[in-house]
Amino acid sequence: MDTRRHFLKGVLASGAAITTAAVAPPARARETHNRPADALGLLYDATLCVGCKACLTACKTANGLAPEFSTADHLWDTPLDTSAYTFNLIKMYRNGTMETKDAEVNGYAFMQTSCMHCADPSCVSACPVSAMTKDPGTGIVAYDPDACVGCRYCVVACPFGIPKYQYDSPTGKIGKCELCRHRYKDGHYSACAEVCPTGATLYGKSSDLLAEAKRRIALKPGSLTRYPRGRISAPDQSYEAPVGKYLQHVYGEKEYGGTQVLKLSGVAFDKVGMPNLPPTSSAATSETIQHSLYGGMLMPIAVLGVLGFIARRNVHDEDDSAGNGKEEK
Amino acid sequence: MNRMNEIFDLGRDALHGIEQRLGMSRRDYLQFCSTLAVTMGLPKGADAAVANAIETAKRPSVIWLHFQECTGCSESLLRAEHPTLEKLILDVISLDYHETLMAASGHQAEAARKDAMAANKGKYVLVVEGAIPVKDNGIYCKIGGHKATDLVKECAADAAAVIAIGSCASWGGMPSTGPNPTGASSVAEVLGKPVVTIPGCPPNPYNFLATVVHFLTFGKLPDVDKLGRPKFAYSRLIHENCERRAHFDAGRFAMEFGDEGHRKGYCLYKLGCKGPETYANCSTIGFGDAGENNWPVGCGHPCIGCSEKGVGFTKPIHQVAQMLNVTPPLQYARIVEQQGKGASFASAAAIAALAGAAAGAAVMLTRNLGLSHAAEEAERAKAESKSKDPAQV
Amino acid sequence: MTHHQYASPAPVGGSLINVATLVCGVLIAVMASILLVRFFFGLGAVTHINDGYSWGMWVVVDVMIGSALACGGFSVALLVYIFNQGQYHPLVRPALLASLFGYTLAGGGIFFDLGRWWNFWHIFWPGYVNVNSVMFEVAASVTAYILVMWIEFSPVFLEKLGMRDAKKKLNKLLFFFIALGVLLPMMHQSSLGTMLVVMGGQVNPLWQTPVVPLIYLLSAIIIGYGVVLFESCVAASSYRRTIEMKLLNPMSKIMLGVLAVYLVVRFGDLVLRGALGEAFKPSFVALSFWVENICFVAPFFLIGNLVARRNPARLFLAGVAIMLGGILLRLNGFLIGFDTGPGWHYFPSFPEVMVTVGMFAIEVFGYIIITRRFPVLPREDVPVAH
Repeated sequence: MDTRRHFLKGVLASGAAITTAAVAPPARARETHNRPADALGLLYDATLCVGCKACLTACKTANGLAPEFSTADHLWDTPLDTSAYTFNLIKMYRNGTMETKDAEVNGYAFMQTSCMHCADPSCVSACPVSAMTKDPGTGIVAYDPDACVGCRYCVVACPFGIPKYQYDSPTGKIGKCELCRHRYKDGHYSACAEVCPTGATLYGKSSDLLAEAKRRIALKPGSLTRYPRGRISAPDQSYEAPVGKYLQHVYGEKEYGGTQVLKLSGVAFDKVGMPNLPPTSSAATSETIQHSLYGGMLMPIAVLGVLGFIARRNVHDEDDSAGNGKEEK
Repeated sequence: MNRMNEIFDLGRDALHGIEQRLGMSRRDYLQFCSTLAVTMGLPKGADAAVANAIETAKRPSVIWLHFQECTGCSESLLRAEHPTLEKLILDVISLDYHETLMAASGHQAEAARKDAMAANKGKYVLVVEGAIPVKDNGIYCKIGGHKATDLVKECAADAAAVIAIGSCASWGGMPSTGPNPTGASSVAEVLGKPVVTIPGCPPNPYNFLATVVHFLTFGKLPDVDKLGRPKFAYSRLIHENCERRAHFDAGRFAMEFGDEGHRKGYCLYKLGCKGPETYANCSTIGFGDAGENNWPVGCGHPCIGCSEKGVGFTKPIHQVAQMLNVTPPLQYARIVEQQGKGASFASAAAIAALAGAAAGAAVMLTRNLGLSHAAEEAERAKAESKSKDPAQV
Repeated sequence: MTHHQYASPAPVGGSLINVATLVCGVLIAVMASILLVRFFFGLGAVTHINDGYSWGMWVVVDVMIGSALACGGFSVALLVYIFNQGQYHPLVRPALLASLFGYTLAGGGIFFDLGRWWNFWHIFWPGYVNVNSVMFEVAASVTAYILVMWIEFSPVFLEKLGMRDAKKKLNKLLFFFIALGVLLPMMHQSSLGTMLVVMGGQVNPLWQTPVVPLIYLLSAIIIGYGVVLFESCVAASSYRRTIEMKLLNPMSKIMLGVLAVYLVVRFGDLVLRGALGEAFKPSFVALSFWVENICFVAPFFLIGNLVARRNPARLFLAGVAIMLGGILLRLNGFLIGFDTGPGWHYFPSFPEVMVTVGMFAIEVFGYIIITRRFPVLPREDVPVAH
């Protein structure tokens, strides 16, 4: 009789604890973050890109990165993907006869891949030691190798597959674009944008770049317009050129809450390696779950209290019974 | 081999003839033939054919017309060095009408033209330099009282071949720059049929010379593209053979005339170089006859696309060029590249072995447990039946 | 019966040198030499992990699956101390030992995989910690749990060393550590599942769900019981002892109950989210999904009725099935169902596999040594009253 009573009490008590805990905090949904007001970023226009890869070279020079070889003769830096030694890369979309630039069928197109500097970065949410941080002012997602433990959660969390690790080093660290923030003090800005001959990569405030992107997709293909180069504000290196055929979508405007690197393309984005993402970031979902369960440690402490109460009674019972007739030999 | 013997035999016979006629040593002469053959991209041994053609006695007649031009194309030819132009045009071809170079003028000159045309009917080569105005019935260019439009039609009628030299004759050139008040047009447009064009402002003289010698040697003009341009000279973009291409590929650009990049010889794309959309061979053989690196880019000024319709004299000099014909190398990264290492024999074998061993052990243990359980059940059944059987008590 | 009588634990005794320990010793030596290379030359020198599959065998198998298989202690403690089923008390020490080893190894094994392992203390240091990170919570909770388990297990050492007084004092506080020992695994086993959430669409919809913490928690409890079934049978068979059928039989019934709840949650979630269609695509991933769930359903056919539960062979197989299901649930979520984009391939390298094998060899090796020399398993030569 006693055992059954104890058992039922235990069940009821823990059930009560879990129910209260489950009902109390779900109201703490964590909203997806937006871009900060003064966020800095890039606008990449695939229709302007000619695939010259000057941006790749400039990035490697600015960041002191080693070349990567993918051909038999180790003569040219020919990375096939971004890596811990290649922060920025131009990839080529090829289809059929590859006759027409920016055509999805029988055409070819270029797409840049580098850190998107998300408004709500998965890597920042995932990193347990704050090695990945988002600057509250500029919004740049920065990496601190001194804090990093090399767990590579950021590598698996990023939907764009950007943070990459140096597997060939016993003291490896993550490598990714940080918008050349180390060059700002010398009056420079992102090296890729500085060198781009056609203005395909443009640097500036994300709000300005988003406005520029929207201006471009509203233009009539074939008409002439001015395209800025380098930095969107000053100095003026703009030039006149015919408008290409844009998809009516600025990639990065809303994906996962928005990104600070925006992209325009003539070919469908999922065909050029840019994933289809919802407007709610996965960081928001993950943190909502964590905050609901562990916010303020309320639920764990409540549950601990109930468990402790039950365990104390049960352990005492056993000590008594153990003291009675156990030691037989 | 036979050809060579023939030439040498011919040479021995006519050795003095060639030397005297052209005033050059045999070595220089053969060198010249070789140069022309190479310029045209002809196969090995063709220089002998070229030599033979030139040594043939009869010099073909050439009628050279000038319309809306600056005479730069003729001037460019005058700068040809090997051989000098006068030796060529006096001894290899018969230049029967050239308003700049001939001594005659006025009615005498026109008469000479008509005579030459009549005497060589169907066999002379017509070269046109300069654009032809068609506006207002073509009155904006007249020579000897005749409109340019009429002249070109008259001379082209009995010509064996028509060559338009220079951008003006090829597609309108500088006189056709908007708003084109005179209606300057190309030879092909006026004649209503395609002709061989040697565009450039001016073109490298060897493009023209090689075309003419090809005609002499093989009796026909060299392969041309759909605009009539000989493929040996105009099938590649300037950008494809530019000596500053490595700077372009590495992203090293001059931003202003005189800046550090400019002084270091960096790529001029950002200053408006039209190399990426201009088909010509200036980057390969240089400009004029001064050798390589002597062309606008080599001197530090962006290419203005002077040979290309729609680019030269149309687009502003410093406007960024459009990239034509992007052919990246095979190793250009694709959107999807295969990366990562799959199963190695050792690891697959190890995992298979482990799985096998674990499965085997599990099967064995299950069997043993099952057997001992069955034995226990049998024992228990026996014991139960024994206890139930009163006879055993 | 108000009080439960059971035999007190005692060392099994016998020689420490036998085939099992020798084989384990060799495997451990192989592992040590591979790790030497890893620490001198980097992860890329011994593993096949790459930027498309940055978490490979060492993280997913050694750490995540290893800790799940170590849930025996948690599941039994839940039963004995929370639901007051004292009759299962003899199962506590062996389960606890397996848990202790499993978790300590999983926690230690992390160091093999961390690229900048010398900074590991950052994960506990306030100046560095990111409280929003699921991994932080897992790391803190696992570390705390390892400490708690060592404390929970200390009576064994105190007994062996004959320190009765110290043991008594500890016993007074034990309830608190036991409570922690039930709370902490609930936290980190569920959060190991939550770690999938931030990976978003890279995880196949069959395993990516907002209720993933509940799914992982339930499966951890079930795996705990499955591991107890497995280990009881193996230990009994190896040491030529009788199996505690009177305990395993009813315990497995409880396991089936929790398993039923798990399957309802699992498939209910799949149907509600409309994700079940993914399971019918002709792919290796879909196949792996079905194998995983067949393993979870199999126990109902193996030990669904009382007669079947009396057969230790069936209990053993049910335990194996549960363990396989639990392993596959985690393997599928983190590796097989993980897709960061086309073009990436991963299969563990031979040295990678040998390190994992070495880890499990350490566990077996340690289990043998401690059960033979320390009072863990119930004494066999004493008739047990029930």
